[in-house]
Amino acid sequence: MPSYPDTLIRRILDETRTIAMVGASANWVRPSNFAMKYLQHKRFRVIPVNPASAGSEIHGEICYASLAGVPGGFDIVDIFRKSTDAGPIVDEAIDLKDIKGLKVIWMQLGVIDEAAAARAEAAGLTVIMDRCPKIEFGRLNHELSWSGINSGLISSKRPRLRR
Amino acid sequence: MTDSNDKNSYGFETRAIHAGAAPDAATGARNTPIHHSTAYVFDDADHAASLFNLQTFGFIYSRLTNPTVAVLEERIANLENGRAACAAGSGHAAQFLAFFTLMEPGDHFVASRNLYGGSITQFAVSFKKLGWHCDFADPLNPDTFRAALRDNTKAIFIESVSNPSCVIGDIEAIADVARDAGIPLIVDNTIATPYLFNPIDHGADIVLHSTTKYLNGHGNSMGGAIVESGKFDWAQNDKFPSMTKPDEAYHGLTFFETFGDFGFTMRVRAVALRDFGPALSPTNAFMTLTGIETLPLRMDRHVANTDRVATYLEDHSAVAWVSYAGLRSSPSFKNKERYFSNGCGSVFTFGLKGGYDAGISLVESCNLLSHLANVGDTRSLILHPASTTHRQLTEEQQIAAGAGPDVVRISVGIETADDIIRDLDDALRT
Repeated sequence: MPSYPDTLIRRILDETRTIAMVGASANWVRPSNFAMKYLQHKRFRVIPVNPASAGSEIHGEICYASLAGVPGGFDIVDIFRKSTDAGPIVDEAIDLKDIKGLKVIWMQLGVIDEAAAARAEAAGLTVIMDRCPKIEFGRLNHELSWSGINSGLISSKRPRLRR
Repeated sequence: MTDSNDKNSYGFETRAIHAGAAPDAATGARNTPIHHSTAYVFDDADHAASLFNLQTFGFIYSRLTNPTVAVLEERIANLENGRAACAAGSGHAAQFLAFFTLMEPGDHFVASRNLYGGSITQFAVSFKKLGWHCDFADPLNPDTFRAALRDNTKAIFIESVSNPSCVIGDIEAIADVARDAGIPLIVDNTIATPYLFNPIDHGADIVLHSTTKYLNGHGNSMGGAIVESGKFDWAQNDKFPSMTKPDEAYHGLTFFETFGDFGFTMRVRAVALRDFGPALSPTNAFMTLTGIETLPLRMDRHVANTDRVATYLEDHSAVAWVSYAGLRSSPSFKNKERYFSNGCGSVFTFGLKGGYDAGISLVESCNLLSHLANVGDTRSLILHPASTTHRQLTEEQQIAAGAGPDVVRISVGIETADDIIRDLDDALRT
């Protein structure tokens, strides 16, 4: 499992407003669907990208067929697809980096493509693999601890929870 | 930033006090509040639906999660170098929840023959009624675990230090057997505690605790815990459908896919704990949290006292043998030296030349040592297993478990060592 400092993950989540979620599902029992809903609750704008649902709405946001089709900018591309599908999505994201203001490529739990990550980092992007932004947000915001999960956090400061 | 970048970047003593326990977000209370609330309000119907569907984090009902219990769970997960933990009302309940999550009717597992007598009974008698079958193997001979494997074997279970006879198996060799078979190694780490040993660092996939013992440490609260390493690949074979197949009760949610490296803990909680209900009381969680804060100090004293008491007994003319892995005479001494550099707990057995009757006479003659069925208390405890904890077993099973008719079990406390020895000396003279 790749390792990332908490400070890096926290900074990314603090600086992110908009997430393009590739592979966001319209099916409410799929993890991508409820990760999207959770992140919206935490005041992120999440734009679904999925050819299967293009043109329809998921949680109030219009779904697009490709990253290039998303009209505005986005800070993160979050890849909810299997590892073998990640490479072409990363390459499309690299091409769109400057037009969209993209800063981070984020691959979901279980999604790892070292070669694609190296290409993205060479293009100046930050890459996170094998992590879920919902779980990481919940962990750093002390919510994961509510289910007995080891957050790794040690602090004598009163936590300021983000609603 | 004050975040740790690595969950182990703080020392054990620091984590024993701080892990899981930030100041209360609402009040700033520095110690963990005891949240005696059965239920928790929903923001709205949609929030409630998301919680019930396991789609967001939060509290619903204290049978599932409770804010005080959650601090204990995270504390134990952290101290064990694990990913997540679920607490239960007792160690036995924790064992049941773990096996319920792994086993289907007709399935099989292999357990060490050197276990707490109550565990042998749970596995060999009560689990059989559920269609779960257990064979026992010798922890000092890891090949006996491999020989006992079947196609439907779903786990291997050992105690890192066995209760009562202080047997220590070759844990890494047994972990290899489990890994080759694609099944988890479950290690009951109750007697060793995470201060003396971290099973996950030696290949365990699941760690169980009776927190009633040293973690609480003061003999005042029952409790249990299941810790998941986060490293086991549940999808490597088709042995664990509860982890890898859609769950009807959660709208087709698949636990391993959805929750990844804490999927086992989520499944234990959201299915086994939900449906069978042995939740830990928040007061017991608080007492155990308070106990854990001094675990390192207590264990050092337990171990120092035990070394002295064991040496004293080994030299006593009325004592036939002492089964303590810290003594060179023990067949576990080699494994103790390899795995337990800071000691192996304070529970061991010894045999009296006078047999069954001498054992009963000794436990009845002690004045300081308490004659009762528990271990891991500040107080020194003494017991004759054959007439108490292990009396449900046949004599053959008693001997196999290291609890034959002449055996006396001791749990050395943290009193003045000279006083413990003097009490034994007086009682052995009686």
